[in-house]
Amino acid sequence: MADLHRFANPTRFLKLAGIIQPWALAVFLLSITVGLYMAFFTAPADYQQGESARIMYVHVPAAWMAMFCYTVMAVASAVSLIWKHPLADVSARATAPIGAAFTFLSLATGSLWGKPMWGTWWVWDARLTSVLVLLFLYIGYMALQGAFDDRVRAAKASAILALVGFVNVPIIKFSVDWWNTLHQPASVIKMGGSSIHPSMLWPLLIMAIAFKAYYVWVLMVRMRQELVANKVRILRLKQVHGG
Amino acid sequence: MFEGKELTCIRGERLVFTGLNFSVQAGGALVLVGPNGAGKSSLLRMMAGLLKPASGKLLWNDGLALDDLDEHAENLHYVGHHDAVKSVLSVLENVRFWAGVRGGDVSEKNILSALDVFDAKHLADVPGRFLSAGQKRRVNLARIIAAPAPLWLLDEPTTALDRASIALLDSAIRKHREGGGIVVLSTHADINIEAATVLDISDFALRREIQGAA
Amino acid sequence: MKQFVFLVRRDLNLAFRQGMDSLLVVVFFIIAVVLFPFGVGPEPGTLARIAAGVIWVAALLSTMLSLERLFQIDYDDGSLELLALSSLPLEVTVLAKVTAHWITSGLPLIVAAPVLAVLMQMDSDGFMVLIVALLLGTPSLSLIGAIGAALILGSRRGGVLLSLLVLPLYIPVLIFGVSAVDGAIGGYEFKAQLLILGGFFIGTLALAPWAGAGGLRQALE
Repeated sequence: MADLHRFANPTRFLKLAGIIQPWALAVFLLSITVGLYMAFFTAPADYQQGESARIMYVHVPAAWMAMFCYTVMAVASAVSLIWKHPLADVSARATAPIGAAFTFLSLATGSLWGKPMWGTWWVWDARLTSVLVLLFLYIGYMALQGAFDDRVRAAKASAILALVGFVNVPIIKFSVDWWNTLHQPASVIKMGGSSIHPSMLWPLLIMAIAFKAYYVWVLMVRMRQELVANKVRILRLKQVHGG
Repeated sequence: MFEGKELTCIRGERLVFTGLNFSVQAGGALVLVGPNGAGKSSLLRMMAGLLKPASGKLLWNDGLALDDLDEHAENLHYVGHHDAVKSVLSVLENVRFWAGVRGGDVSEKNILSALDVFDAKHLADVPGRFLSAGQKRRVNLARIIAAPAPLWLLDEPTTALDRASIALLDSAIRKHREGGGIVVLSTHADINIEAATVLDISDFALRREIQGAA
Repeated sequence: MKQFVFLVRRDLNLAFRQGMDSLLVVVFFIIAVVLFPFGVGPEPGTLARIAAGVIWVAALLSTMLSLERLFQIDYDDGSLELLALSSLPLEVTVLAKVTAHWITSGLPLIVAAPVLAVLMQMDSDGFMVLIVALLLGTPSLSLIGAIGAALILGSRRGGVLLSLLVLPLYIPVLIFGVSAVDGAIGGYEFKAQLLILGGFFIGTLALAPWAGAGGLRQALE
């Protein structure tokens, strides 16, 4: 009966999720408050870009999360394909829309930042372009998830897609970087690295923590919801097939 | 000998059957019965290696069949719901292709004699698109004669067949068993298989009270 | 190996008998490219400037068109499960089908490409490199596409979904394919781009049949 884990009630996980969820929310609320305060008031304005550089404190952590969520999705997909752990499926599926939202946030803030900086809403900057492609990968993943009536089938197909995409992300990133330097050399403003001043680094890190906590919180909410929905579906199936 | 031990099948998110055991000796036949949705097709697909059992194992002559699926596939013929007859190829070409994929004898003589078993020799030059459902099924059945394999897995093979063709299938199965072959088939009891073990799959559905407690 | 050739020949035979299919892909390719002069104007300088990009993008889109049917027909008529049950590893079956797909839809594009390059006023320095780049790039398109084609089997809205899954993955081929041609025309370096295209092809050759077979297995369960 050990193999019937799809039917097993993941009680232990639900209990754990119930504990993590409020804590994640608390960490998120605290760090987003502190982080935003520091971003707006204590961090210095950039000597070149002025006040508009403050958007970085949302943009950069969002871009980090975009990558992070895709990695989580790929790892969860691998776990689900290899060990067939049902929670891996659920977490991959729950992560996708969050990751897509962060990717979109990163693009939107990048575009807002671009207007004062480059004088246009969009430039084909290597970073922005790679993130745009990442958004397409997320959309493809979610579309595949939604394209099957059979949930197990959907989970397996999209797990393979997530892994294929994950292998491709560095290749796409490399191609886009290469393409970008070919087409607009030196227009890219390099940012970050170790040269960043601590007064800017701290709010950045705190915002990153806030986003991570937000992710954990939403993930818990979504996974619990998903597991409840699973139960409902299984009950329906039982009704139909008389179990 | 072909055996299954403690097989469990989960389709989608539904437990179809569990704890299913079966065993067929060389020359034996196993007839799967049960209501719609009981898992006859699933069990046959599982025997073929298309569907992985959630638990349990399959044994072919005491070796684990699912360890090397390609080798297992060489020992069996599977006839499913679709007949895999290409509309642009002639009947002869269709059967020849499937024989060739198995590394079988692709000579015209062999293919024609296989077609003759199901009284389809006269169709040899007809393109697949002109065939009726029953003729397609006969062509599909001729495929399993053309390249011999010891285990036949037939999922409702009598679908679309008329009485005369069922009799032909009946004698083909008898001949196959006389040669030491094994047949597993699901059916709605319109074929008369002698000395067959009957397996009612609905016996292995998980009991309601166990499922309720899970 | 014998069975591999056998399988490729069967797919070629089928494609040949169904004649129109691969012809339509080429016609689509030509029409797609011919639309551009209407869109951007017939000025030779403008056309020459975008020629390589247009031809490559059109090649990507035409490949997409034919990919949907790569496994779909065999899946629908039950041939795919029988192929999975042949002694041939499923990875080899995928490779055989991709080979046949490339011969019937990649190769005709390459034959048509120089004609389109002339129509697009492309500098003749780029012709050879365009052909070589397409030769190196289009097999990767078929290989990556096969993964997508396997994953969408049995789904609702197959074709649109397939392009959504596969087109983003085509970006590297597009970038290096175009830049090799532009490099040759502009008198810059283009060997590196061709090498990268070749490397990409070898990489997908190693990985795609494996992922495609994984996709087929779960579709057949």
